Amino acid sequence: MTTDFTHHQAAHCENGVASNLLKHNGLNISEPMVFGIGSGLFFVYLPFIKVNHAPAFSYRPMPGAIFSRLAKRLGLKIKRQKFSGSQAAQKALDDNLKNNIPSGLQVGVYNLTYFPDDYRFHFNAHNLVVYGKTGNDYLISDPVMETTTTLTTEELDRVRFAKGAFAPKGQMYYPIDIPKDIDFKKAINKAIKATCRDMLAPVPIVGVWGIKYVAKQIRKWPVKLGVRKANHYLAQIVRMQEEIGTGGGGFRFIYGAFLQEASVILDNPQLKELSFEMTAIGDLWRDFAVEAARVYKKRSSKPDVYNMLADMLTDIANREEQFFKQLRKAV
Amino acid sequence: MKKSEVPQDKSNISSVNMRELCYATDDNGNYTTELSSGWEPKTIALSNAIEDIKERTEAARQQVINGELSPIVYFMELSKMDLGILAGYTGIWQWRIKRHFKPKVFAGLSNKVLQKYATAFLITAEELKNFKG
Repeated sequence: MTTDFTHHQAAHCENGVASNLLKHNGLNISEPMVFGIGSGLFFVYLPFIKVNHAPAFSYRPMPGAIFSRLAKRLGLKIKRQKFSGSQAAQKALDDNLKNNIPSGLQVGVYNLTYFPDDYRFHFNAHNLVVYGKTGNDYLISDPVMETTTTLTTEELDRVRFAKGAFAPKGQMYYPIDIPKDIDFKKAINKAIKATCRDMLAPVPIVGVWGIKYVAKQIRKWPVKLGVRKANHYLAQIVRMQEEIGTGGGGFRFIYGAFLQEASVILDNPQLKELSFEMTAIGDLWRDFAVEAARVYKKRSSKPDVYNMLADMLTDIANREEQFFKQLRKAV
Repeated sequence: MKKSEVPQDKSNISSVNMRELCYATDDNGNYTTELSSGWEPKTIALSNAIEDIKERTEAARQQVINGELSPIVYFMELSKMDLGILAGYTGIWQWRIKRHFKPKVFAGLSNKVLQKYATAFLITAEELKNFKG
């Protein structure tokens, strides 16, 4: 059995699944629009949580948050189900496919057999769509892949019940109600305000303040932790920044694309101007990644590299602070 | 990032002919998309993580050979797991797993418990029991 689902590649998995599922249900919404209205742009530094033996950095909100906020702001109804056992999880999915409902799943990456080995870490907040089944194989639309792929029943069960942080517990979701008239203007205004509020939040580990805090820490790392560990931590910053498809502060570029679309819908040329600034900031993140890579590859010949990286990051934080203050006034 | 600047470096994904979608701008600053085969700084960051895991796995293997640790530690590192993740997959409490790291305790484990670990590592209980480094 198979549903008439169309696969579109996306830069980021959660946006991609949301956009693809909504397109299938007749709501034509682009990936940047999902990302923007879902307030996907975020930054948080969690020094007390260790991932792969280094502190956690996140450039996005909690898994599932983008789609949930999008649904709330557009008035969509999304059904979400978690399961305690494999059998119930498989049955619910099979029933959906029988009823011609392609379904989004939260999965762990470690056992995704179609991923390159080097990408297979215990990261549990990946998303994909199952749109059919032939024999023992499920038909998979993974938005970060160029084309569709398949997983066997056993493989799919393993990724749905991956363990560790953010364990998906078989989570399955799909839209059940999409209103006829959607007020995009109101949703966009609300979303932009929320993103500005998050990024400018007066919390030391969140948003612009969080970026500044990390910059301060980078200056201390080589003395406090030794060069080896400091470099490992730096690599972690870049890896989290460069998740699949988000290359070089890629979230900034997706957000820039969102601002351009929003500028047309709201008939607000200022948003277009701001999108150019967002592009420039995204490029600064790219430069930061290039320099950081040189440091942990020990190729950097520049003196005092950690302070230089910290300066770059502080500069980015200041630019973003200005940016979000202007953006807040623009809507 | 301009569309023409979207990196096309060799990477861990280009080896399997996978390409990522990136948002980039055209000459007028308007957004469009482009596929990327990979970007060197990203590949270096990933290699750093892979190297780190390889070193940890090799260190664990040596400690198993020297009789300091049980094979569970080696397979845990090989599977890129930590104590919390292993506890999740096996359903065994972390403090019990830590005890099972001791070769003496490991030698006395029942087949049922060994099988739990083997299932988590996607190997057979025999492979786990007979691993000597």
